[in-house]
Amino acid sequence: MSRRTGGTGGTGGPDAGRAGAAGTRGNPPLEIRKTYKIWVGGEFVRSESGRTDPIASRKGRFLANVSRGSRKDLREAVRKARAAQPGWAAKSAYLKGQILYRMAEMLESRAAGFEKTLGDSRGLSPAAARQEVRASIDRLVHYAGWSDKITALLGTVNPVASSYFDFSVPEPMGVVGLVAPEEPDLIGLVSHLAPIIVSGNAAVVLLSQAHPLASLELAEVLATSDLPAGIANLISGHKDELAPHLARHMDVQAIADAGGDRALSQGIAEDAAVNVKRVKRYAVPDYRAESAQGLDFIESFVEIKTTWHPIGA
Amino acid sequence: MSTTITTGTPEEKSAAAAVEKIAAERPRIEFGGAWDYSPAPESRDIVRLQKRYGLFIGGRFVPAKSGRVFSTINPATEETLAEVSEGGAADVDLAVKSAEEAYRKRWSKLKPAERGKYIYRIARLLQEKSRELAVLETLNGGKPIKESRDVDLPLAVAHFFYHAGWADKLEYAFPRHRVSPIGVCGQIIPWNFPLLMAAWKIAPALAAGNTVVLKPAETTPLTSLALAEICREADLPPGVVNVVPGAGETGAHLVNHPRVRKIAFTGSTEVGKLIQRALAGTDKRLTLELGGKAANIVFEDAALDQAVEGIVNGIFFNQGHVCCAGSRLLVQESIEDVLLEKLARRIETLRVGDPLDKNTDVGAINSKAQLDKIRELVASGVEEGARLHQSSCALPAKGFFFPPTFFTGVAQSHRIAREEIFGPVLAVMSFRTPDEAIEKANNTPYGLSAGVWTDKGSKVFRITSMMRAGVVWANTFNKFDPASPFGGYKESGFGREGGVHGLKAYVELS
Repeated sequence: MSRRTGGTGGTGGPDAGRAGAAGTRGNPPLEIRKTYKIWVGGEFVRSESGRTDPIASRKGRFLANVSRGSRKDLREAVRKARAAQPGWAAKSAYLKGQILYRMAEMLESRAAGFEKTLGDSRGLSPAAARQEVRASIDRLVHYAGWSDKITALLGTVNPVASSYFDFSVPEPMGVVGLVAPEEPDLIGLVSHLAPIIVSGNAAVVLLSQAHPLASLELAEVLATSDLPAGIANLISGHKDELAPHLARHMDVQAIADAGGDRALSQGIAEDAAVNVKRVKRYAVPDYRAESAQGLDFIESFVEIKTTWHPIGA
Repeated sequence: MSTTITTGTPEEKSAAAAVEKIAAERPRIEFGGAWDYSPAPESRDIVRLQKRYGLFIGGRFVPAKSGRVFSTINPATEETLAEVSEGGAADVDLAVKSAEEAYRKRWSKLKPAERGKYIYRIARLLQEKSRELAVLETLNGGKPIKESRDVDLPLAVAHFFYHAGWADKLEYAFPRHRVSPIGVCGQIIPWNFPLLMAAWKIAPALAAGNTVVLKPAETTPLTSLALAEICREADLPPGVVNVVPGAGETGAHLVNHPRVRKIAFTGSTEVGKLIQRALAGTDKRLTLELGGKAANIVFEDAALDQAVEGIVNGIFFNQGHVCCAGSRLLVQESIEDVLLEKLARRIETLRVGDPLDKNTDVGAINSKAQLDKIRELVASGVEEGARLHQSSCALPAKGFFFPPTFFTGVAQSHRIAREEIFGPVLAVMSFRTPDEAIEKANNTPYGLSAGVWTDKGSKVFRITSMMRAGVVWANTFNKFDPASPFGGYKESGFGREGGVHGLKAYVELS
């Protein structure tokens, strides 16, 4: 994408100054350094803890400060997610698909900024960064198209032996916690978040701890995509601090654990039993591959409801 | 007439008072003893009980390595029926190894269609022995013979027939996937539908190409062992089905056995959570079918007499020993008085007593422990200020029995409204608007089932779609079918049993 959008992408790193060639000769304009906020209930907030962590590039260069989300932020996110979820689930599949497609559009329009951030934070080559952003956009488009096919493919009409119309349909589970993969941060997040929300769930996400910048920029994309507030909540911070509280929260129905940390996963799996959470652990070898998308990712976070209705005069 | 215990709480509901008043004023025709039913007992001669039952391992009945046995009784008479070997760690180990060997050498090598034919054979044999097994089920578990005869047995048979047909069609159920079996499945079942639960577990497991070790509940091992005998008669390869009776400890050995690839558990939420925690971090698969506290919602436009039958079926079917029982009645305020009056009258007509009697509606409570639990929760209801209404029926002197019971004036905070009682005890609450009904119905950590009674079709589908529950019955209750997926939301467990969705629990997809 164009250089122009790169400058407005909120990707203020030390290299941002290079884009300001129009500044005073020999004296580039002072860069604006950004503190990234977490995104909870549709609002960008500093963590209530007031804590921040510096994020560095692969080579150790300071990039930005990010808020370190706290247990209280997490609880607030679950509360907002819980409140927003029924309304989101009630929206038509058509509208949900439109909104996911809108996310793809918004990501596309800021592609250059994301490429730069991926380059800065993970040291990706421009080509690799571009590939990851392209794949992320494509993934959103893929799931946008799923919204109004899920029920037809996962639902059944059941031929019972008695005189009833008996059918089973998928419904969202409710609030789903997502422990996002550390790397790749952008396509990894999109690959898990989209299938969770497309069926009508709300998500509370613990972002990549090492590389949260692109994910927090994705929040800016989601915030401008007509996604109702509270349906996706993106929290940066220390996973080992937050994950146990997510796993033990009584108002979270399921967890997608793509964090890839064995000890953390063990704790999550044990704690999840507190309210019989469904836990799906992921180890995705290649997020850009087509095998990292599809109905299976959606199916893990729906419930099947069976309804019996009499047939008679 | 209903007997009512008043607790003196000032906040008693007018509806409760109305029930009492109407009941008191109701004109009654007395026939003396002239219209009493004569006893109509089903003969138990058809069942040949053995003095002692072994464990079924590797196609043979064998004693436990430890030599330990436990007595199994008839809860309606407290007589000892037989002694049953109790599986210990060594026995579970042997059963799992035998299942693994059978899986490796025989069952997984068999052509799927042949596998299906074995399951058809089991279905047919079970069908032929239905009468005997119904009596045995009633003897060992206390459920009315009309239920074991008309519900448990036909459904168990149907589950085998249904799943037999899946054996060679699994690829059709999972397009774009390669389907393979999982291996040895450990299956732990409860005492409320002993044979039916065994069928729910074994039939899909075998159809998908797995072998099983089944642990029946400690109070009801006999029909599972009879099913083992049927497997033998069907020439099922030894080790494909193993049955290891015992209590919680036996179940724990099975859950923790390293060679078991999947656990399927039906039972309490409390134990389900322990199992989930125990399996955390392992790659064992798990499905849980746990407790419930289902709402049965009756709107003012419902067909009331039909609704009363549905309420009765919802909570008194199988003495209320049903995980999906309609144990919370939510009735619209405008019809509360009339509905409760009908309900009070109806429970008087329920016949409580000898489970083998073909006229019996409500049989024996499954065990002394369960009876104590029911009594304790009922006492808590009275203590917390709800009003108790009970059938005035006489209870047999021996055995474990509890009269059909409902509470009015129940608050959502009461234990009887929150906890699974697993007995013939209904908590009645009221609502004004559909939204209030939805809110109250979903106000529980459970999510297994729900019922909705209304004459309006559009209302049915709005309310059923708002229920956070896995099975929702509209203008009916407690209906089951092997083609219909069954299972819970929230703390009622995960995974489905029956239908296309139920197969997923027993296959490996790649």
